[in-house]
Amino acid sequence: MQMYLPIAEVSINALLVLGLGGIVGFMSGMFGVGGGFLITPLLFFIGIPPAVAVATGANQVVASSVSGVLAQMKRKAVDFRMGMVLQAGGLIGSAIGIWVFARLAVLGQVDLFVQLSYVLFLGAIGAMMLQESIRALRRAKKPGAPIKRAHVHTWVHRLPFKMKFRASGLYISVLPPMMIGAGVGFLSAIMGVGGGFIMVPAMIYLLGMPTKVVVGTSLFQIIFVSAFTTLAHAMTSGTVDIMLALLLILGGVVGAQFGARIGVRLRAEQLRILLALLVIAVSVKVGTELVLTPKEPFSLQVMGAE
Amino acid sequence: MIRAFAILIALALPAAAQEESIVVGLSQSSVSITTDFVGSEILVYGAVRRDAPAPAEDPLEVIVTVEGPATPIIVRKKERRVGIWINRDKVRIGSAPTFYAIATTGALGDILSETEDLRHRITIPSVIRAIGISSEAEDAPQFVEALMRIRQAEGRYRVNEHAVDLDEQTLFRADVELPADLTEGDYRVRIFLTRDGRVVDTIDRTIFVRKAGLERFLYTMSREQSALYGLLSLALAVLAGWGASTIFRLIRP
Repeated sequence: MQMYLPIAEVSINALLVLGLGGIVGFMSGMFGVGGGFLITPLLFFIGIPPAVAVATGANQVVASSVSGVLAQMKRKAVDFRMGMVLQAGGLIGSAIGIWVFARLAVLGQVDLFVQLSYVLFLGAIGAMMLQESIRALRRAKKPGAPIKRAHVHTWVHRLPFKMKFRASGLYISVLPPMMIGAGVGFLSAIMGVGGGFIMVPAMIYLLGMPTKVVVGTSLFQIIFVSAFTTLAHAMTSGTVDIMLALLLILGGVVGAQFGARIGVRLRAEQLRILLALLVIAVSVKVGTELVLTPKEPFSLQVMGAE
Repeated sequence: MIRAFAILIALALPAAAQEESIVVGLSQSSVSITTDFVGSEILVYGAVRRDAPAPAEDPLEVIVTVEGPATPIIVRKKERRVGIWINRDKVRIGSAPTFYAIATTGALGDILSETEDLRHRITIPSVIRAIGISSEAEDAPQFVEALMRIRQAEGRYRVNEHAVDLDEQTLFRADVELPADLTEGDYRVRIFLTRDGRVVDTIDRTIFVRKAGLERFLYTMSREQSALYGLLSLALAVLAGWGASTIFRLIRP
């Protein structure tokens, strides 16, 4: 079923896009990531112009995150207060990111920067998560082994502006979550993703949040980041393709519901190993593209008519 | 007197030879891009009108070109630096059509001379306006070649030699396929009659390619009321997310 997209100005197979949306939605529901880091490269792959892919991907992420958050809210697994604090930092970070992105676009190095960010961040985070979850899994198999203490007091706990995050069972300064939010906001503006794959491990390992509220809180935060990104792209470059978004969303929201249900059945460590493998796979894929000799060393950038 | 007459005839002869002109028709003068648009085929047909019998020496040839709206383009070249491939040199090409198709009755090299090509800008290299690019990068022509190569691979630039049927040196027809990934704009159709590489007559027509219906509505809105369009996209996303979650809760308690 071919369909002409009004903004992308290409004709695509509607069923293919529905399927892509479904797969990405499934992942996002299961892992609590928006799925931007998957959807954007997949859209490139089926021939959507990069600018449209990034902007429309953000719009799809809004839908799958809303769907995911609602599922998580039923389980009381969303720390709204933490989400708001992360968000405050996120807006600052993404404003800086959008500025840097514009600089890079002038230099013609956006692709390189985006690819390097994918390789570095996805690679590092994937490896960290994988290592940690395997260790956790081993520990779980050997009962009686020493368990890591839940509350290790570090310099983080001496920072000012402390706040109670009841849903997470934390009493910490708002500064670390704000800084994490800002870092993720910056990266998400540059990489065209919601940032869940960075946010989730950061919340677990840096803030010490319990795994059960991490997914919901991350999704809650991602709604706003990606909504902001969508609106910014729609208003500055007009690259959000609503028809493409609709197809992705229809597939995505359904997939997200299934994903959330499967996710509940899996153990947290298994879930993290799967997410880690997925993240590493994307990182390796992008990395090989940077290193291998390209088939076509030239690329075109169509400028607006003068 | 006789001499003057001879000169007159000599002057009149080439003129008589050029007394061949094109009468042309297009199967459609506008293309509407709707949601189910999968490309379109334009039939270009016509005849050669003559006031005198056709000259016997060289056969008549026909070239049909269809040219989409043009834009400036930056062509970048990747180079290996510290192990990774990054964009290094770039060349800015003043204007290149988003779509260009040529159909002919014979091999372009045989039926069109270089001077005529330069004058009328018929072949793909002469249609691309890349003036003053040699100062922008080493070996600038390879950037133009890359542009043509990429666009040909995408099906945006097409050369179909021998794709024009010419009957009795008079009636001709050509089918030009417009791809599904069509850019909106005015598409210029040109028909050239050539003899011995020279252009004998040429004619211009325009096909208006426009988005229609829902496509038109959404495109216009995204350009003219971008904030509203962005909010609409978001509303759609939130509604879909909420709807799916509600439906799933109802069907699977």
